[in-house]
Amino acid sequence: MAKVKGAVVVNVERCKGCNLCVIACPSDVLELQPREVNDKGYHYAYMKNPEECIGCANCGYVCPDACITVYRKKID
Amino acid sequence: MSNNIIDPANMIYTKPELMNDNQMHYCPGCSHGVVHKLIAEIIDEMGLREKTIAVAPVGCAVFAYNYIDVDWVEAAHGRAPAVATAVKRLNPDKLVFTYQGDGDLAAIGTAETIHAANRGENIATIFINNGIYGMTGGQMAPTTLEHMKTATCPNGRDIHLNGYPLKITDLLAQLPGVCLVTRQSVHTAAAVKKTKKMIRKAFENAMEGKGESIVEVVSTCNSGWKLSPAASNDWMVENMFPAYPLGDLKNI
Amino acid sequence: MSEEIFLMKGNEAIAHAAIRYGADGYFGYPITPQSEVMETLMDEAPWETTGMVVLQAESETSSINMVYGGAACGKAVMTSSSSPGMSLMQEGVSYLVGAELPCLLVNVMRGGPGLGTIQPSQADYFQTVKGGGHGDYKLITLAPSSVQEMVDFVSLGFDLAFKYRTPAIILSDGVIGQMMEKVVFPPSRPRRTEEEIRKQCPWATLGRTPDRKANVITSLELDSSIMEENNNRFQAKFKKIEENETLFEEVNCEDADYIFVAFGSAARICQKAAELARKEGIKVGLIRPITLWPFPSAVIAKYAEKVKGFLSVEMNAGQMVEDVRLAVNGKTKVDHYGRLGGIVPTPNEVVVALKDKFGC
Repeated sequence: MAKVKGAVVVNVERCKGCNLCVIACPSDVLELQPREVNDKGYHYAYMKNPEECIGCANCGYVCPDACITVYRKKID
Repeated sequence: MSNNIIDPANMIYTKPELMNDNQMHYCPGCSHGVVHKLIAEIIDEMGLREKTIAVAPVGCAVFAYNYIDVDWVEAAHGRAPAVATAVKRLNPDKLVFTYQGDGDLAAIGTAETIHAANRGENIATIFINNGIYGMTGGQMAPTTLEHMKTATCPNGRDIHLNGYPLKITDLLAQLPGVCLVTRQSVHTAAAVKKTKKMIRKAFENAMEGKGESIVEVVSTCNSGWKLSPAASNDWMVENMFPAYPLGDLKNI
Repeated sequence: MSEEIFLMKGNEAIAHAAIRYGADGYFGYPITPQSEVMETLMDEAPWETTGMVVLQAESETSSINMVYGGAACGKAVMTSSSSPGMSLMQEGVSYLVGAELPCLLVNVMRGGPGLGTIQPSQADYFQTVKGGGHGDYKLITLAPSSVQEMVDFVSLGFDLAFKYRTPAIILSDGVIGQMMEKVVFPPSRPRRTEEEIRKQCPWATLGRTPDRKANVITSLELDSSIMEENNNRFQAKFKKIEENETLFEEVNCEDADYIFVAFGSAARICQKAAELARKEGIKVGLIRPITLWPFPSAVIAKYAEKVKGFLSVEMNAGQMVEDVRLAVNGKTKVDHYGRLGGIVPTPNEVVVALKDKFGC
């Protein structure tokens, strides 16, 4: 059965660590970096569970800083 | 696995092309950024990049012109509808819209707001209602809820002292010059998609000369509200939505 | 179309001159004694002929901001009002200067302060010439003393405004606005096309084309070093205007012992007063500043070396007299004669005032 897989790329320097993408994700894929920060000192979002991503782009829609790019592919 | 997914052919969502690389000055989690993205997407989807003249307000969105690469006119506080009136009347083939907050649109600019709407100007107005003055540091807005605390009503808005939250869009919906009044939000992906649809409708109305359209976006101001972005969304759902219920107030 | 001669009010002349200039828009709010400007425009309905937009706004606040919006698009736009309405517009005027937008303003002055009177006055000299809004700025100020100049200064005002990217104002008064005189109109000009505006005003917000960056019209700059640069640029522009655009009329000053300095309707009265004084053997000349800013200081300074005194005659409590004093710089006597509250002085009382103040 074909399965849809997704991937999220975060523009780390634009990210302000607001956490809204983390909440919007239905698959618990994203998390804010617990320790690392970007140049502005924000704990940016990253894919904690990349395997779970379904490419729904909910994270992208709610991201206020336009730092999320979402990819989706059908995998047989 | 993700490595072969990350390929331009598989890209389904990214920063709109019309939004430039300037980092936005908004606080983390601010609703403005989401609405900016929608506007940038819609202008390109409608093919109106060269025909758009946007009018920025005074308030947090005063620098909107730094982020969306179309021509912008920065208006004095509250005067965006008057500015947009002239821009549109002198350029009837252009997409002209204002982007305003609650203080700008519903306090200092109330007269301009109501009269532009009443004239049925062929403009669209994007109205960010977060019930507070963000830029000046969280003072009371005309749309501040009863009992809501701000820097100028530290004990909560007292209606005997400050009057009632102003439901300006309800007033605007009464005007025959107005063709679309809708109240939306951007706190979930579904809400974002709905808001996008309505902003697009507003822009289409403006281009078709149907009169004025107002898209109110009930928004958060987590810095002003002194809550985290996530908690602000919850607070908005619990407190703002009952006072400012989502949905179309007028759509003809 | 060739030159045409008409008899009309100053306010009506402004309206016709604007249409013939090829103005793109007029935005206004009724107020006495200038309402004929918009009434004439509405009657002429230029949107059916030249395509000029005419709109009655809900307030002067709104009309000046409509001017701001139109000017941002490089359009030739204007408004007119009278003193209380101009006060309400001052916020917008400051923004127009700050955003470097050309436009034409017309103030048909009436007496103040407050609601004052609907009778003529020149008491808005300070407001207009010294900057009525906030911030460091100047307005190119043209003071007509005839209905013909109401016509001529519409095109002059627009031309100067576009030349320097800053507002120009016609500072008239209820006398000139309401008075009927013969006027000659220049031939009509077509309104500029969008293509022409894009070429003439590359800064205009007419929609971003692929060959340029987005245009932004704003007066805001939070970086103080850039804001200081902006202000220095404005000041350099004002200096250039002072050097190049000063206009005045000088009547019988060569042999004069005394000189009246007066603008607008007061200058008409002073011209007669000077004649009357000469009949009595007092050699009097007249300097009529046509631009109130830039003020014709040089010509006043020149005559300050040889005359016994200047009398600044104004329909106010003494405003322009301060600029006369600055120009004279203590070299001779300077005095002021004025009537207030909407009273227009007679030539005779001006002669009496001259004799009284200078003992001649």
